[in-house]
Amino acid sequence: MSELLSNKEAATQAVVDFMTKKSKNKSKFYFNDFQDIFPDDKLRDIKKVVNKMVTDGVLEYWSSGSTTMYGLKGGGKQHGSEGEA
Amino acid sequence: MAKHETPLLDQLESGPWPSFVSDLKQQAEVRAKNEAGVEFQIPQDAVEDLLGVLELSFKHGRTHWKHGGIVGVFGYGGGVIGRYCDQPKLFPGVEHFHTMRVAQPCGKYYKTDYLRQLTKIWDMRGSGITNMHGATGDIILLGTTTPQIEEIFYELTHNMNQDLGGSGSNLRTPADCLGSSRCQYACYDSNALCHFLTNNYQDELHRPAFPYKFKFKFDACPNGCVASIARSDMSFIGTWRDAIKIDQDAVNKYVENDAAYPANAGAHKGKDWGPFDIEKEVVELCPTKCMKFENKTLKIDNSNCTRCMHCINTMPRALRIGDDRGCSILVGAKAPIVDGAQMGSLLVPFIEVNAENDYEAITEVIENVWDWWMEEGKNRERLGELIMRQGFQKLLEVTGIEAQPQHVAYPRTNPYIFWKEDEVTGGWERDVVEYRKHHLR
Repeated sequence: MSELLSNKEAATQAVVDFMTKKSKNKSKFYFNDFQDIFPDDKLRDIKKVVNKMVTDGVLEYWSSGSTTMYGLKGGGKQHGSEGEA
Repeated sequence: MAKHETPLLDQLESGPWPSFVSDLKQQAEVRAKNEAGVEFQIPQDAVEDLLGVLELSFKHGRTHWKHGGIVGVFGYGGGVIGRYCDQPKLFPGVEHFHTMRVAQPCGKYYKTDYLRQLTKIWDMRGSGITNMHGATGDIILLGTTTPQIEEIFYELTHNMNQDLGGSGSNLRTPADCLGSSRCQYACYDSNALCHFLTNNYQDELHRPAFPYKFKFKFDACPNGCVASIARSDMSFIGTWRDAIKIDQDAVNKYVENDAAYPANAGAHKGKDWGPFDIEKEVVELCPTKCMKFENKTLKIDNSNCTRCMHCINTMPRALRIGDDRGCSILVGAKAPIVDGAQMGSLLVPFIEVNAENDYEAITEVIENVWDWWMEEGKNRERLGELIMRQGFQKLLEVTGIEAQPQHVAYPRTNPYIFWKEDEVTGGWERDVVEYRKHHLR
């Protein structure tokens, strides 16, 4: 595992920066996009770290039912805007 | 009286077949009367509004459901599919109408008590509408609101020891046939393998990291009762390596039309098909013509048998599967989205199914395939499409499996193989002078 990925705070910041930078164009990202942030890491290692970020409330999932994407918590369209609490 | 007029849907009830419209109307009425005194946690008229929005979709020729959203309960990235109606003022009962997927028990063995518990939860906290079962094989609960999702999950896990299934870019809920729990043809215990892999790959089931969906399915014999060859990215089909076991006395009982030996185990008894004819019904129907019946003896050339199961199905008291049993692994089946529909391609002709070492031979193949697909697969690209794009030989490379005749669709007519330089003695270099000694220009 790379130094960046094994450092929780630095990895979180790198993910947040990456998503924020691209947030003008899109608010949801495929899992493969994380490879750009951690090019030297195995996807299964990236998965563990990224899913921890979801549990910690940094990121959130969005799914069409067939595909799942990741976004910054509270970013993009929220189900709150669908009239739900 | 119905809340919404549904003349277009009503037509769907007029055909000879059972109609989901009738089912929905019945459920709408049950909820309206509420004779059981259920404390509904979502709108009581949700099913009536569901009929209403469907009628409107038929009228407009387009859907009134929005695409996607919420995905799961805390810690899960699947099992819940967000569904929102784009006409909430007209149909407030289905403004939020999420789907939940629940992992079905292996072999779909249910106790009535289990089903009562499940429907009780769902009648109270959801619409009461179920799909038993979805195309993937799991239990589908259709229609609830966000606040109910965690409540339902709590009750399922704490009171029923029941987990959610897979959705999105996850491993989907694995599904299997009855296997050796009830079937004499089973070449391995599909229930045990399905259960083990479901537990072993919990992370893949609940936390999405694949390029797209991925499905496992388990058929304990080549009869393929769950059609894993067509319905799963990775299909495990039971097979055997040794000879089909033959009881020659029983073969002759079939030939003599002994009443205790009905062909096809009596499955076609409803009509008189005439006396059993072993030549017409068995020998001539063998796809590889590897059987003959002479002098009251049935002979099978097992090296040419493709395990189609036809002879065994036709004379089950005379023929049995072999004793050296395991499974074949096929990969890449899918429904048509990007490319056309594909059936699975044979990757591993025979692999041991050994619970004692935690199926290590099988998990090694699975994880090699996943590593490749996760690394190389494009977003929303199924395994079968990646195999088409990069080639089956690439798959053999990443899994460390040597090319075998069984990998070729028609080995007798098209044995064409691309060799790499390091696979050929002497590589691509050759001594032209030496060659010309034997081959004139």
